[in-house]
Amino acid sequence: MASFLSRREMLKRAAAAGMTSAVPAKALAQVLPERTRDQFENLSSVESKILEAIVSRLIPTDENGPGALEAGAANYIDKGLANALSKSHTAYSSGLAALDAYAHQLTGRGFVVLEHSEQDSLLEDLEQNLAVGFDPDSATFFNLVLRHTIEGTFSDPAYGGNQDFIGWEMIGYPGIRLGVTVEQQQMDHFPQMNRVSAHDLPMFDVNISEESGNDD
Amino acid sequence: MTIRLPGTDVVTIGLGGAGGIAVLPLTESGIDVVGLEAGRWMSPSDFAPDELRNNYRGWPQSVQKANREVPVHRANEQSPEFARDSLHPMMNAVGGTTLHYYARSYRLHPWDFSVVSETARRYGGDRIPEGSTVEDWPLTYADLEPFYDRLEYELGVGGFAGNINGNIDTRGNIFEGPRTRDYPMPPLRSTKFTEMMSDAARRLGYNPFPSPAAINSQTHNNRPACQYHGFCNRGGCHLEAKNSTAVTTIPKAEATGNLKIVTQSHVTKIHVDAEGRASGVEYLRDGETYIQPAEVVLLAGYTYENTRLLLLSNSDAYPSGLSNNHGQVGRHYMTHAQRGGVLGLFPHRLNRWYGLPAQGSGIDEWADDNFDHKDYDFIGGAHFWVSQDSRPILASRMNTFGRAPRWGSQWKEFIMENADRWVGAHLQKTTLPYEDNYLDLHPTITDPLGFPVCRITAEYKDNEKKLARFTQEKMEQWFREAGAIDTFRMPLGPMGPSTHAYGGTRMGNDPDTNVVNRWGFSHEVPNLGILGASVMGTSGARNPTLTVQALAWRTAQHLVENWRNIAI
Repeated sequence: MASFLSRREMLKRAAAAGMTSAVPAKALAQVLPERTRDQFENLSSVESKILEAIVSRLIPTDENGPGALEAGAANYIDKGLANALSKSHTAYSSGLAALDAYAHQLTGRGFVVLEHSEQDSLLEDLEQNLAVGFDPDSATFFNLVLRHTIEGTFSDPAYGGNQDFIGWEMIGYPGIRLGVTVEQQQMDHFPQMNRVSAHDLPMFDVNISEESGNDD
Repeated sequence: MTIRLPGTDVVTIGLGGAGGIAVLPLTESGIDVVGLEAGRWMSPSDFAPDELRNNYRGWPQSVQKANREVPVHRANEQSPEFARDSLHPMMNAVGGTTLHYYARSYRLHPWDFSVVSETARRYGGDRIPEGSTVEDWPLTYADLEPFYDRLEYELGVGGFAGNINGNIDTRGNIFEGPRTRDYPMPPLRSTKFTEMMSDAARRLGYNPFPSPAAINSQTHNNRPACQYHGFCNRGGCHLEAKNSTAVTTIPKAEATGNLKIVTQSHVTKIHVDAEGRASGVEYLRDGETYIQPAEVVLLAGYTYENTRLLLLSNSDAYPSGLSNNHGQVGRHYMTHAQRGGVLGLFPHRLNRWYGLPAQGSGIDEWADDNFDHKDYDFIGGAHFWVSQDSRPILASRMNTFGRAPRWGSQWKEFIMENADRWVGAHLQKTTLPYEDNYLDLHPTITDPLGFPVCRITAEYKDNEKKLARFTQEKMEQWFREAGAIDTFRMPLGPMGPSTHAYGGTRMGNDPDTNVVNRWGFSHEVPNLGILGASVMGTSGARNPTLTVQALAWRTAQHLVENWRNIAI
């Protein structure tokens, strides 16, 4: 698990800086710390930087709080390439290189150093299948990364993403509860966030390095 | 080397939702059964509340035989094949897909057994769509009622009865066929969301009701009640509150001492003797080939595998596949048109994070023949269902109703507000069989052993398309009445591999158009019984499992009562 500050710690710091506990999300974003990089195991340093730049645009860090970068979505993808996502390893290697080449072709610079607006423009080209140099095509690569970025942001943190439950907090998912009361199921009741990974519960026997029945 | 095992009375191929039922009446009557199952035993520790593993990675903790045999689909004989799905809709394990199904345990509507005669009686015979091969079932709802009743108590199905011996109770489904007694326990609880939908339904003049479910709403048979944790959708139950055959009929059959379970056995062929009777089953296990001789063979795989295994089991007596001398194996294929639902977006949070797909509100006013079709150009209908069932990945992958892009800050802002404000309604629609919708063996694509996989050639016809449009419009009205600010009609999509797939070994009195007789035994191979939705001749408008299970019990009971005629 990454060593960057927990949301709770950020709230404490924000409060210490004179803000109320109901700190606006915008203020939170301003106190977001420089993040410690995850150790990537399957993607190269160059590849992982490009991937982190992509996921940062798909679910950005902004005035509404942290995004896929802080959630560790790129780390989730990297870890998965060793097992359940292994069939996508080639697609990532070739797709990330193709994106960087496309960036050079259009701007003369690599993808990671571009302004956000430039990065977004290139990603829109990929999404609309207008970018060249991809196998089989750029939309396929874009959809692959988008799907895995969402998985990595909103899945159980045991898989290396959704770090510090950033994803679950983003959409208001109140966390895993094995026993749910009548009140906790009501439409006007919003249970407190329960910060638990299914894989921290001792009754379950789970190997998260399993291969997938899925081939992506 | 092939190992020939000692013979047994009955061998079942598959110990899932169907085979796992049939073994109980057989073993309780003293018949020795060998149950072959491709998967393994699963235990509560396998069922972590993990959406990624359950819903997106296809249960890596189970044996993946089905995932190596995913059927290939094309719309018709002229069209190219669709990209092959990466996961099979069903799973292998002791208990099969009843381990992770929604457990919504309906009886079929009486109309579904008599579509041809009822349509002719009410609207005239020309209302059966051109090209449809639909027939009346060789049994009625009343014939199956005792078996539905037995299963509801044997498994544990909770619900409100809507019709006990003709006495209507509006807490339940007022359109259901008459039942002889109440459910053994009440339904799963309601929530403010499900009550909001039910209230809206009542304002529209409908009679909403909770789904019957094979899930304990209270302690039942010494197993605990559901705790509503929210991972029931394609998830196993760590409490054993979901009444899969793995925790109900199979252990009970095992306790008789007459059931021998062989897990991780991969059946490759059904053998026949010189007289064309089934003589046993060939399977692979741990690199060895075994032959299990048996007096009676019960084929109890899923729809695709039942058809495939028959077609792979050719012999001199059955050159084009076992029980296929009339060319009926693979015919009359249907799926449920499960796609083509409707999404609703609400202006407030719904708090659907905890709950399960069997906890919700449904209506049957537009199902089956519950409304007058005189002025419509289709027959059949859909059961409508909204449920208390959401999880983080599902919720964040929501349709944005044209209000936001698919990614970026605008998307993020949209899902932060709306991930808990939308719901998808299921519309389970009548689907009819047609002469050109069928299953066969793929000419080139094989499983890793080299056996051809199943090929689906099927597309929805006009009746299904008209029905989808009609019911989607009605569902949109229900959502709007409940306060939805937007709705979205999901496309019907192609008719590919499905959890609700029917036909291929249809049940009927005429051997020229059906594979099995009214008792579930082959017209051509008298000691071969077939269990599963592959015998069903109509889809109905609701979840099929309880019907599959009632038919499986009935076939097994028929075998017990006619052992000397069938096993000789």
